[in-house]
Amino acid sequence: MYPQNFYYTRDHEWVRVEGDVAIVGITDYAQKQLGDIVYIELPALGTHLEVHQSIGSIESVKAVSDVFSPVSGEVIEVNEELNNSPEVINQDPYDKGWIIKIRMKNKEDLNQLMTASEYEKYVESLEV
Amino acid sequence: MSRREPLIFELSGEGKRAFFLPPLDVPEKKEILEDIKLREDIPGFPEVTEPEIVRHFTRLSQTNFCVDTSFYPLGSCTMKYSPKINEKIASLTPFLNSHPLASEDLIQGNLEIIKLLEDYLCRITGMDFFTLWPAAGAHGELTGMMIIRAALTRRGRPRKIVLIPDSAHGTNPSSAHICGYRVQEIKSNEAGTVDLEDLNRMMTEEVAALMLTNPNTLGIFEKDIKRIAEIVHSKGGFVYMDGANMNALLGKFRPGDHGVDVIHLNLHKTFSTPHGGGGPGSGPVGVKKELEPFLPIPVVKREGSKFVLETNRPLSIGRIRSFYGNFLVLVKALAYILSLGAEGLKEVAEIAVLNSNYIRKNLEGIYYLKYSTPTLHECVFSDKWQRERGIQNIDIAKRLIDYGLHPPTMSFPLIVSGALMIEPTETESKAELDAFIEAMKKIAQEAVENPEVVKTAPHNAYVRRLDEVAAARNPILRWEKKD
Repeated sequence: MYPQNFYYTRDHEWVRVEGDVAIVGITDYAQKQLGDIVYIELPALGTHLEVHQSIGSIESVKAVSDVFSPVSGEVIEVNEELNNSPEVINQDPYDKGWIIKIRMKNKEDLNQLMTASEYEKYVESLEV
Repeated sequence: MSRREPLIFELSGEGKRAFFLPPLDVPEKKEILEDIKLREDIPGFPEVTEPEIVRHFTRLSQTNFCVDTSFYPLGSCTMKYSPKINEKIASLTPFLNSHPLASEDLIQGNLEIIKLLEDYLCRITGMDFFTLWPAAGAHGELTGMMIIRAALTRRGRPRKIVLIPDSAHGTNPSSAHICGYRVQEIKSNEAGTVDLEDLNRMMTEEVAALMLTNPNTLGIFEKDIKRIAEIVHSKGGFVYMDGANMNALLGKFRPGDHGVDVIHLNLHKTFSTPHGGGGPGSGPVGVKKELEPFLPIPVVKREGSKFVLETNRPLSIGRIRSFYGNFLVLVKALAYILSLGAEGLKEVAEIAVLNSNYIRKNLEGIYYLKYSTPTLHECVFSDKWQRERGIQNIDIAKRLIDYGLHPPTMSFPLIVSGALMIEPTETESKAELDAFIEAMKKIAQEAVENPEVVKTAPHNAYVRRLDEVAAARNPILRWEKKD
């Protein structure tokens, strides 16, 4: 359910690392909690992000939530497809539903994140 | 059952009229209109006959679910029943004909009403001064935070942070943000209240204020409010109370006596001036003496037997609303207070709390209740047990419509996943509450025995389940004429 080689945050973002680039999305748990996503606000290319800075917001039928940057760095690509088809996040949160790519400033930011098994335990601990 | 009422534009046909005037039989005097720019025509203006227009709007009014026909457990937050006498009094000709630009000596009666209402609100809340100008609750929040910012700036610096519990009203963080503050969230403890240790840790000299909704959105009274205020005051911060749920406290608890520095009330909630279509709202702000110099202008003052509007107040945050707030709403609130009196207002709180607890007790064990702490005017269940069978709060809400009842607030507060927040208010009879409880029990049973009927509800409404996702993704925002 949670890809093994990814990193995870307490706010339910995931990170996949490719060299010094972090690809960021939200987890399957997050998309289920949000329900049908209807709109996503994406940051401008070149935006410099600090850890836990808001990178935009996701609007579902139920609520609007911020998405936070798990790492610091510069936005080098955003998933333009989400502008027209935000439902991709619901359908495929770990692959086609990626949100942004960040060129990391400090790879050590990753040490603060959870592994798949830690995240799984964390989700179980959240009472519904 | 489903049938779409055409738009008035779609009913239109060229040359159709509601009535026809007889031909003119006196000389035409067009020259007297020479200087006036008369409009020839309004492009696209619908043309319909009288029966068409009457039937169209009557049909629309009948498709509406309203508090005058049925139980509405959204509660005071959106739609509680408001006595008709308030409307009648606010519709008296002298009020309706008061001109906003009339001079002070021509509106003495109106100013007296404003002053009288300020005095009553002070007595009810234990605050020292009130301003009645904010046009709604969130506007009141912003006004209150601007007053705090002005006072801190005067002391030296405005500070940077505002603390807000996760059980607060959703507008609180936005108001603090608009006022230039960074919001830090305080997590609720297991009892659903503010964790004093967390507060102690987070309260620093960078914190301008704590914004506390009391009772909070779980309906739980923050009983440690005195201790909370001490912690905030010890670091020089202010306690802001969101008094939107004041109907649970009337005559029982005066926030001003327990360390609250600023409070806003929602007249359209607690004081029964209609809201949600019947509005407009009104969000008076009460402050302690120390903050009086910062109140918005004008300030109504008594000078002997006269009332004056004071505007020369150098420390004031300035004008926050044109003219005199939503004046007719103030008239309704005063009518409500005077018609109930002190004892009556106390009873409002008692019955509001009793009604809510009657529902809670009867539905406990049937719907999941996350917090066992006693609650006041509202209770928050969730769909946790029904979700095991694939039924969500929205399905329960839609099914209630089939039973002729309005759904309660859904999916708020956010700290209860799948929330069903029920607030019956003080106006409902036992029979009305029993009908609601009965329907909720039946739905819980259907969720087990016949889940499809719940998932596909409503079945008896004017329209069936709406495609909210498609509406949000591809909204059609205006009608366009097809050629």
